[in-house]
Amino acid sequence: MSITTASQTIGPYWHLLPFEGWNDLTRFGATGDVITITGRITDGTGAAAGDCCVEIWQPRPEVENFDGFGRAATDKDGGFSFTTLRPEPVPGVHGRLGNVQQAPHVGLTIMARGLMKALQTRIYFEGDAGHDQDPVLNLIEDPARRATLVAKKTGAAAYHLDIVLQGAGETVFFAI
Amino acid sequence: MSDLRAFRPLVPGTQPEYDADVYGSTKFRAPKQQLLQVPTSLTEATGPQFSPSRYPSIIDISKVESGEAQGQRIVVEGQVTDEDGRPVPHTMIEIWQANSTGRYHHDGDQHDAPLDPHFQGAGRVFTDENGMYRYISIKPGAYPWRNHHNAWRPNHIHYSLFGPGFATRLITQMYFDGDPLLKYDPIYMCIADAGSRERLVAGFDLDLTMPEWALGYRFNIVLRGRNATPFEDSNDHGDH
Ligand SMILES: [Fe+2]
Repeated sequence: MSITTASQTIGPYWHLLPFEGWNDLTRFGATGDVITITGRITDGTGAAAGDCCVEIWQPRPEVENFDGFGRAATDKDGGFSFTTLRPEPVPGVHGRLGNVQQAPHVGLTIMARGLMKALQTRIYFEGDAGHDQDPVLNLIEDPARRATLVAKKTGAAAYHLDIVLQGAGETVFFAI
Repeated sequence: MSDLRAFRPLVPGTQPEYDADVYGSTKFRAPKQQLLQVPTSLTEATGPQFSPSRYPSIIDISKVESGEAQGQRIVVEGQVTDEDGRPVPHTMIEIWQANSTGRYHHDGDQHDAPLDPHFQGAGRVFTDENGMYRYISIKPGAYPWRNHHNAWRPNHIHYSLFGPGFATRLITQMYFDGDPLLKYDPIYMCIADAGSRERLVAGFDLDLTMPEWALGYRFNIVLRGRNATPFEDSNDHGDH
């Protein structure tokens, strides 16, 4: 068996990769229930993490011209934003967690200087049904920690999530 | 029908830890809590798929329209496979790097070395049906950084790969055989397993070298492999 290639940090100069406009997942012409997701990333001192590469992935909805992928750069204040289609529930997980359908969510990947490996987690959305039964949210016992994955509803179709890389209020990150 | 099999756990020691004292920037960014082991479902088992029609290839970054970059021209070729040696076909690879003097075409890079008007430093290629990729560039220069006194990054090219799933996302760096700076570089050295470090080093390859034109380097990449059976939950180990 071969061994997976080692991860290295994305470093401070990853902006040489294209990202402008990539935070709009409708840019190829997808239409539907459009939402905006904003976020802000801070570090263990509470300072803005202003050089992160943030990506989202959502397998649903399956509609034309929608590939479910977006990329954004955090600004000086640690902020980022995405425009996307409202995610739908996805099938659950077989095995010990039962086959309960999962609440709508997007996968989130954060890469940055000072991160030797990507951080991965999910964003769920305040007000959606199914959070109490969600097999991933239910792995997190502490309600305060569970809440780190749920974006606050800030408008009819707008959500915001604060992400803390380290320390008090640290976001729950995943090993997959 | 999507492949929903989970990915095998990574082999301990073969990946760097988040917390690496020798690399100062990790100090306030590495998470302190243990990662939550989550089962693999559709969201993790699948991932974004890219096609050259929406993400056009940029194969030769050794020149721009107005002229050719300064420096040693190189051709880099390699294969992307999974842990079982199966090729990963039609997957997107993004690369970015410093120019031959060790300067990035980036506002944040204030290293006192000249920019090259003919070098932008970013490319994008796709593997073929056998997982093979190839691009043309110039050899990047080493550059100083402020991690510790007299710190220099070895020559390297940054890589970004997606693979078949959300869980296979990989950011890495390719280094060059024989670079004396490798053993002083915290980013390279913070991988505990020597073999895993050495696999980040591209070997010079005379067969790839193009007469009177470019030096050849080979760099293979391994992405995570999947469990044998669908829905096998890597979480379940030791649970029953
Ligand atoms: Fe670099």
